[in-house]
Amino acid sequence: MAGYEAEWRLWFPVLLDRKVELYEMGWSLKDGLRDCHVAAAPYGGPIAVLKESQRCSPSVRPQLDIYTASGMPVAAFPWKSGVVKQLGWTVGDDLLCVQEDGTVLVYDLFGSFKRHFSMGNELVQSHVLEAKVFHSPYGTGIALLSGTFRFILATNIEDLKLRRLPEVPGLQGAPSCWAVLSQDRQSKVLLAAGPDLYMLDTTACTPVVSDMAALLHVIVLSVCFLAKSSAASTDFVALGLTPQASSIVHMAVSFSYKYLAFFTDSGHVWMGSANLKDKLGEVETKMKTPPKQMAWCRRPKGQQPSVVVMWEKNLLVAGQCQETIQYPFVAACEEIFKIASMAPGALLLEANREYEKESQKADEYLREIKEQDLLGEAVKQCVEAAGYEHEPETQKMLLRAASFGKCFLSNFRPELFVHMCRDLRVLNAVRDYTVGIPLTLPQYPFMRRYVDPQKRVCKLYKQMTVQVLIDRLVHRKLYPLAFEICRYLKTPEYQGVSRVLKHWACCKVQQKEEADEVIARAISVKLGETAGISYSDIAAKAYECGRTELAIKLLEFEPRSGEQVPLLLKMKRSQLALSKAIESGDTDLVYTVVTYLKNEMNRGDFFMTLRNQPVALSLYRQFCKHQEPETLKDLFNQDDDHQELGNFYVRASYQEGATEEEIRLLRFQRRVEEEKGERVLGCSLHDTLHCLLTLGLHKQAEQLYKDFRVPDKRYWWLKLTALAEKEDWEELEKFAKSKKSPIGYLPFVEVCVKHLNKYEAKKYVSKVTPEQKVKAHLAVGDLEGAAEAAIERRSEGEVSLVLSRCSATTDRTVVDRLNRARAAAAKK
Amino acid sequence: MAAHLSYGRVNLNILREAARKDLREFLDKCAGSKAIVWDEYLTGPFGLIAQYSLLKEHEVEKMFTLKGGRLPAAEVKNIIFFVRPRLELMDIIAENVISEDKMRSPRDFHILFVPRRSLLCEQRLKERGVLGSFINVDEYILDLIPYDGDLLSMESEGAFRECYLENDQTSLYHTAKGLMTLQALYGTIPQIFGKGECARHVANMMLRMKREFAGCQTQVLPVFDTLLLLDRNVDLLTPLATQLTYEGLIDEIYGINNGYVKLPPEKFAQKKQGEGEKDLPTEPKKLQLNSAEELYAEIRDKNFNAVGAALSKKAKIISAAFEERHNAKTVGEIKQFVSQLPHMQAARTSLANHTSIAELIKDITSRQKIPPPLHPGLYLTLLHFSIIVVLCCISCVPPYVSASEAFFDNLTVEQEFMTGVDTDKVNTYIEDCIAQKDPLIKILRLVCMQSVCNNGLKQKVLDYYKREILQTYGYEHILTLNNLEKTGLLKLQTSTRNNYPTIRKTLKLWMEDANEQNPNDISYVYSGYAPLSVRLTQLLARPGWRSIEEVLKMLPGPHFEERQQLPAGLHKKRQQGENRTTLVFFLGGVTYAEIAALRFLSQMEDGGTEYVIATTKLINGTTWIKSLMDRLEEPPF
Repeated sequence: MAGYEAEWRLWFPVLLDRKVELYEMGWSLKDGLRDCHVAAAPYGGPIAVLKESQRCSPSVRPQLDIYTASGMPVAAFPWKSGVVKQLGWTVGDDLLCVQEDGTVLVYDLFGSFKRHFSMGNELVQSHVLEAKVFHSPYGTGIALLSGTFRFILATNIEDLKLRRLPEVPGLQGAPSCWAVLSQDRQSKVLLAAGPDLYMLDTTACTPVVSDMAALLHVIVLSVCFLAKSSAASTDFVALGLTPQASSIVHMAVSFSYKYLAFFTDSGHVWMGSANLKDKLGEVETKMKTPPKQMAWCRRPKGQQPSVVVMWEKNLLVAGQCQETIQYPFVAACEEIFKIASMAPGALLLEANREYEKESQKADEYLREIKEQDLLGEAVKQCVEAAGYEHEPETQKMLLRAASFGKCFLSNFRPELFVHMCRDLRVLNAVRDYTVGIPLTLPQYPFMRRYVDPQKRVCKLYKQMTVQVLIDRLVHRKLYPLAFEICRYLKTPEYQGVSRVLKHWACCKVQQKEEADEVIARAISVKLGETAGISYSDIAAKAYECGRTELAIKLLEFEPRSGEQVPLLLKMKRSQLALSKAIESGDTDLVYTVVTYLKNEMNRGDFFMTLRNQPVALSLYRQFCKHQEPETLKDLFNQDDDHQELGNFYVRASYQEGATEEEIRLLRFQRRVEEEKGERVLGCSLHDTLHCLLTLGLHKQAEQLYKDFRVPDKRYWWLKLTALAEKEDWEELEKFAKSKKSPIGYLPFVEVCVKHLNKYEAKKYVSKVTPEQKVKAHLAVGDLEGAAEAAIERRSEGEVSLVLSRCSATTDRTVVDRLNRARAAAAKK
Repeated sequence: MAAHLSYGRVNLNILREAARKDLREFLDKCAGSKAIVWDEYLTGPFGLIAQYSLLKEHEVEKMFTLKGGRLPAAEVKNIIFFVRPRLELMDIIAENVISEDKMRSPRDFHILFVPRRSLLCEQRLKERGVLGSFINVDEYILDLIPYDGDLLSMESEGAFRECYLENDQTSLYHTAKGLMTLQALYGTIPQIFGKGECARHVANMMLRMKREFAGCQTQVLPVFDTLLLLDRNVDLLTPLATQLTYEGLIDEIYGINNGYVKLPPEKFAQKKQGEGEKDLPTEPKKLQLNSAEELYAEIRDKNFNAVGAALSKKAKIISAAFEERHNAKTVGEIKQFVSQLPHMQAARTSLANHTSIAELIKDITSRQKIPPPLHPGLYLTLLHFSIIVVLCCISCVPPYVSASEAFFDNLTVEQEFMTGVDTDKVNTYIEDCIAQKDPLIKILRLVCMQSVCNNGLKQKVLDYYKREILQTYGYEHILTLNNLEKTGLLKLQTSTRNNYPTIRKTLKLWMEDANEQNPNDISYVYSGYAPLSVRLTQLLARPGWRSIEEVLKMLPGPHFEERQQLPAGLHKKRQQGENRTTLVFFLGGVTYAEIAALRFLSQMEDGGTEYVIATTKLINGTTWIKSLMDRLEEPPF
């Protein structure tokens, strides 16, 4: 059995490297990838291949092939459209084909045409010289270089906004190389035209290094070192390019837009930050031919980023300080697998192997680690190393060692181990040859960058990562695997299983050969009551495919009435939409449908519809009451709602019911105004009477009292208060004697007291009925009288009432009397 | 600052913090200096969530009230409109925005809909051609606002009118949404009970929403065991009655708005030694009333007749505490005394305030026994504190106070109605009051009460009252009368049988021997009348509604029970003797007296249930009737 160390070869004295063959590619390419447009989506995404030699023989149609990362053919179809300049993948696994005439065709993963859009009409004439597809936090974008050497850019093709970048002064031919940068929430183009570098954004073209002389000047100052000094004419720090270089022939931006690399005609590779402020390093390659490809790779475990440069037969990896030819490697693995390594991880691995052999050496190794107090570290190393391994067998071996070591630790946090096992299990599943997504562990959490920007609200990135992965599987129609992963990771249904099922259902509704009934049933059976399923999304998809009936059937399963409404309106099922809106309880939604109906229907039908929906009707009434009072009238007429119609007219200052009376009152008031010059118009009957009485117009008051059949009681009250207000005590007394008061005489007492005339008040006390005597006496402040009345009436309550008004000091006699009476009553 | 919210059975501060977080996030979305243009109606409710200081921290420099025409000048980058989704407000905003653009350099406009954005309003803005001017059109979901440690309110004034008069169920939708938010924070409520049409509707919406949100439930251990939804129209009687608790009376007499009360300033004049009564303040005294104030929390729910005693007891305690300083001999003791000073001083201010308020109320209600006078010795220690003056005032009897007479007469009639005395005849007291043109709302309260206690009025009686009211107060009030009839507050007796006595007897709504000082039943809050709504709540907890099926059938609307499945593993294991927690939601408003009654039930030793109260709005008879009145903007001509 070949030991795992044997895989490793010593390249440099200190550096180890290892080649891992991920897949034996399943494709059968006749001529290799020569003269082909190739586009591979990041994070182990699919690969698209298109033969380039179209122009030679227009009769021969090239073939467009789509493969998984493992080379499994996914789709293939003959290319029938125009000349393709560039292929690229979007964040949602869609294939973009940029044509020479500026048209971009969008295909899905399975090669079916989705849509197309144009990058500008001018391109039909001037043609696309070069194109680049790029990804930023804002989605997938496209940048083009036109035949007139102008750049056209769209940051997000889902929300297409074309930006024509400013002209580059003096640019006569195509730039030698260019790249798209995403900086300060803006997409910019960096281009090199011979010796000059320019930065283009939507507003301006800024020269980076204006000419070679300035560059050289700076270079002399900085002497090829990490120098920072500003060139006289610009804000930019000198790049520190080697003086041999006269132009930049190739450039590469890192995936994160953090780093930038140039390849110069002198064969130097310059590496620095994308804002051109820092230089990371420079390497001389001794290669004079421009490379075929140049790309950034970032080694895991925080080592410096490096540039991979590829020529026809050479591959070079350039790091910050040394020139090496190597593949990315991992610190943890190195520690353990280094021959005769003494790292704690390696010792633990050895210990476990001995343990499995049932050898006592296991104990020795273990002791050695424990003596250095490094067991925790050893376990950690083993777990981490497992993460960087591709072979499940090796992973298992390392994890077994970790698990073994863990047994001797009391307080080792289990999360690291558990998470690693779980993540590896998922990664191994998707790395499988048939799935073909060769994700590495460090890439896994980074995938969130690849998320649809609209979904970025979710802050739990771990879940997000899983979501992206699930999305990718779903795009590949690998529903069962996606489903299993969700279940295994216990992803909340809403984010996991439900989404998978939804995609499955959306795919299902596109199966044209099956009947609506069958599909609807199949979907409802499978999805059932699974939480968080949006049936309306599925229905929308069905409607999009022209299956309205199916859409309506599916909508029936949607629990969220609110979601059903917009689609139903779109499908012109407005009545249904109205009842669903009402069901949702969301009145705003009801209003929305009602306004829609109002514009769609003629008035009669509209009113009839509302009539069958009381909730909508009352809402519409409220709306009209504030917004369109005239419509309200029509509405009431239509409904024969006389009561409301009456109210309406009241509101419209015309009255019904009580109106006749009011009109009479108004006439009377007008007459009074004319005759006596008193303002009474608009007063209530009561106020009019009061006014008349205070003015002493007793005759008119009397007339009004009779005409309007004002109850005696109220009239007496009115007259009483009016006279008291006037302090016309004489008239009051006359009035009191005119006939027997229907309100009794206590009010007389009280009103007089209210107007601070106790003298007058006392006149009426004797007339008050026995039941109210106590009150009357109290009102005029006659405690003795009150006491007498209370005792006479033998009322316990009244006695205490009087008592409560007595003060212990001043009214001693009264108090004593009352107490005596009380005691006497108690005895009986 | 809002610590009192976290002391209750349920920590309601979580809800407040969530609301504050949302607010901060929105404000930060609009980078730079800002001015807020307020829908006036919202400032009160927002005050319960965030003070001006929070807004200031987020660069809010100016605040205006929303009104037509041009916006006042402000050197800010952003103008944010905080509005309810109302069409008429959209027109004003459009006017603001259009005239703004003409004047100065353009600024960023934002709009924040409270509590929910509305397609209708956005459509209106679009029609006015200003929708495009807004950078952000957002919503601030503010349904249930924490009002006190055990109280949530939506502060939605018009809820009762909308639901029961206009058949507009928007506020019920917000209620359901609010309850969903609550459940997201405090866990699913396993049991839902309800009584009334609106309650049914809310429960239905909640269950539907639960299905809609299925799958994204939060895994929170349920805090509430039961939710009880009660329609206000199940118990129309209670709010009509005059509340007799301390807090209830403050509300009845002065009105508590968004937790604040404005009081006549005279009694709060600072009387310092050596100074005469030079300047009496003229601005009303504004006080915040909530459980953050220890004394207030203690006395708010007492029957007013027990407040005097409680206040003098407190005065004794405080003076005893101040007396301690003579006993403090060592430096350590003095230090300790000094450290307690701020607390003691706050307690003293609080006592002074409430003594003043109690005195104010006493002037209006007094007819009853006076609190025992303080021991003369105490006066000395409290000397130079205004309290003494005030306490003295309480203990002296006004010779003749007509206000108190009116209050007492009113109360007598109310109690007659509630006990079923002569409810089928025209009441002379009401007649007299109309004849004297007492405030219309007072008349309407009484007439409605009579109608409710008689299960409707006879045609003759009803017509008489109506005629009296129209003739006295003006014919325009026919609209108000119609509204009262539509909501069932005023109605024609259709069947000859009056079922109110049956309800009263079965539910024991009237307790003859209500103990105001040391209550043993909820009836103390109305000095005899036990609020129907709270009785229903009490009976639900024990022995259950099955025992009163017959009465429930007499009350309007269906009664129901629903159960919500809890996610596995979240079933609460109750400890021995641990109380259940019930959330009682009053749809259409609740009075302070009802809250007091529920608090009383929570505190009962063998109660077994603690209550948290939620409502659309805190109401009393006056504000309630007012919300149902239709005012014509102008007299007919």
